[in-house]
Amino acid sequence: MSDSIPMPRVRVATTSLAGCFGCHMSFLDMDERLLDLAKVVEFDRSPLTDIKHCGPCDIGLIEGGVCNAENVHVLREFRRNCKTLVAVGACAINGGLPAQRNHLDLGDCLQQVYVKRDGVEDGGVPDDPELPLLLDRVHPIHEVVRVDYFIPGCPPSGDAIWTFLTDLIGGRTPRLPHPLLHFD
Amino acid sequence: MHDAERVAAQAVERHRREPSQLLQVLVETQDAIGYLPAAALTRIAGLLELPRSRVEGVAGFYSFLHTEPVGRFRILFSDNIIDRMLGSRALMERLCRRLGVSPGQVSPGGEASVDITSCTGMGDQGPAILVNGVAVTRLDEARVERIAALVHAGTPLAAWPAEFFRVDDNIRRRGALLGADFVPGSALQAAMKRGRNGWLEEMRVSGLRGRGGAGFTTAVKWGACRDAPGADKVVVCNADEGEPGTFKDRVLLASQADRVIEGMTLAAWATGARQGLLYLRGEYRYLLKHLRAVLAVRRAAGLLGARILGESGFDFDIDIHLGAGAYVCGEETALLESLEGKRGTPRIRPPFPVTHGYLGRPTVVNNVETLAKTTLIALQGGAAFAATGTPQSTGTKLLSISGDCAYSGVYEYPFGVTIEHVLEDCGAHDPQVVQVGGASGVTIASHEFHRRIAFEDVPTAGAFMVFDGRRDPFEMARNFVHFFAHESCGFCTPCRVGTALLKGYMDKLASGKGAKMDLADIEWLDRLLKNASHCGLGSSAPNPVIDTLLKFRPAYERRLVSLDFKPAFDLDAALETARRMTGRDDPAAHLDRREEV
Repeated sequence: MSDSIPMPRVRVATTSLAGCFGCHMSFLDMDERLLDLAKVVEFDRSPLTDIKHCGPCDIGLIEGGVCNAENVHVLREFRRNCKTLVAVGACAINGGLPAQRNHLDLGDCLQQVYVKRDGVEDGGVPDDPELPLLLDRVHPIHEVVRVDYFIPGCPPSGDAIWTFLTDLIGGRTPRLPHPLLHFD
Repeated sequence: MHDAERVAAQAVERHRREPSQLLQVLVETQDAIGYLPAAALTRIAGLLELPRSRVEGVAGFYSFLHTEPVGRFRILFSDNIIDRMLGSRALMERLCRRLGVSPGQVSPGGEASVDITSCTGMGDQGPAILVNGVAVTRLDEARVERIAALVHAGTPLAAWPAEFFRVDDNIRRRGALLGADFVPGSALQAAMKRGRNGWLEEMRVSGLRGRGGAGFTTAVKWGACRDAPGADKVVVCNADEGEPGTFKDRVLLASQADRVIEGMTLAAWATGARQGLLYLRGEYRYLLKHLRAVLAVRRAAGLLGARILGESGFDFDIDIHLGAGAYVCGEETALLESLEGKRGTPRIRPPFPVTHGYLGRPTVVNNVETLAKTTLIALQGGAAFAATGTPQSTGTKLLSISGDCAYSGVYEYPFGVTIEHVLEDCGAHDPQVVQVGGASGVTIASHEFHRRIAFEDVPTAGAFMVFDGRRDPFEMARNFVHFFAHESCGFCTPCRVGTALLKGYMDKLASGKGAKMDLADIEWLDRLLKNASHCGLGSSAPNPVIDTLLKFRPAYERRLVSLDFKPAFDLDAALETARRMTGRDDPAAHLDRREEV
């Protein structure tokens, strides 16, 4: 083992789509283990680095589902650049809380919020081209791109994310033990 | 609403307030009212001293029970792949147009509702429908027009032309069972002459194995039940012939009912059972009158009831239970649950029914054909029976043959017959695929037509569906996957969710949005269903997909549009509402389909 070529550090990108950043907070819950992680990992696009676009990476961690056109672009960028793409948390896996709007008609929703709501006068649905358009339904990310792994939980605990990442980086097929595998 | 409660109460009283009769009470209440109003369910729960949730749970489980009003004429199209090949979908559209109703809906005036249902067991004379639970066969455009007129006129079902309800036996090849005349009571006399032990020994010599699919040795089952502790043993005839493409039990019940009932009585003689139950699938309820008449004649002849054929201590009688549209009830432990008036959720085995069956009592559950075969063993002896077939699969097997062949119907062959032999007999001109054993069975490609029908080679409960070069094996598999997703009892997650996911993937491929990745996911789901399901329904649900992916992979691959991944939905179309609401049409208001990765 001693004469093998030292492995380059693993490049990781993270993003939150239609999520609440709770999964990212949970990521930070690894606490001091973040320092261990930093020895083997370097970060590309992520709220932690403020890099705006993703370059070629080993691992992409996606929090949140897909609710608008921008989410689609970001997700595609990650899929194009990341060898391994991971859905992190309930929203990325199932759509989660944002998907509660899926049983409502989007047109009715926009009308209710921007036009008909009490106290709104001369309302109108915002049409600035800078704003991403909403999809008619919120989708889990695996319905839009190919996804390699899933870490369930709302959010998954710091322990779960740590266990998963160290497995993945160590070349072991990630397998969360029962206490870490939960969907709530 | 007062009326509904009264009707429900009468049904409960007819069944002596027996909670195990819940399903029969619900069926009869619905017969009288048309559906099951909430007030009726509450009344039934009160009178049977069952939780309201339990009653609602049962009412919600069975396809033929409705807790919402349905049309005065409820028309269900059998949706097996064979019915579809005979044009059922176009006929359903035509009928819907004539009646001004869309599938799954009730017409505005409440006169009719049209929907699909799982295979009704009429593959040799389809396309078939059920009208208010009664089978109508040989549908064509002319018949659809006449039905539409009868529905419009409000003509009661009893006044419809009898020709509509004609169900033919279509027996094409007769062997030991179908070829011999039978004198009711003769098999019983022969078996009683041998004594109870001698009769069971004869059964053992015959090597008879269950004809319902699993192929368990009948004598072992009977012996285990006889030896199980408890004096109140039960014999159950499983006439819940729900496997798509199977209809041989229907023919036996129609033309050989005496043999079937005598087989149950022979099982009682061997095991010491005093109670018999025949579970008739709801689709075959038109046979109920006939079967009850046969029972009555046999009672009058001393072949059922107390002291059968004058033998003191040999008391046995049979009740008929009606199913209500649930394929899973063909599984013997689900059938027992259903007999007890519960949802048809399969039990965990062991304990097996032979020790803990109906109401916890030692129970023999046998298929219709198995029971009919025992009369041959009683009359000719076990050795004569074992002389036909193969050493491991003795006797003959009834096949229900349908699809692309000249002569659909029931064929009786000694076990060991080759598939190509059968194909030649039934006049299949260009057979490419044969689905043996129904949706849960084996897909046979042409290079395997030399294989034999036998438990040790190609086992089957009786279905034999033939597909020629015009047919698409993928569409066959997709039809079966839809069937399993509909029939999953919902008890275990691997099957409930797995069959729904599998259906989603098959539909995605069918809609031309498939990708290589989907095939990998389908194979993963196949493994999950096979290994993690609670019962045979879930573990056999992926069979048609596994087999066709192996033997007809190009049928899947030619549907793929991408080697990587494609969403099942149109992303740009998903922005349409927002575009309309904002009045935008700038480049950022669109998602490029070519950019998908």
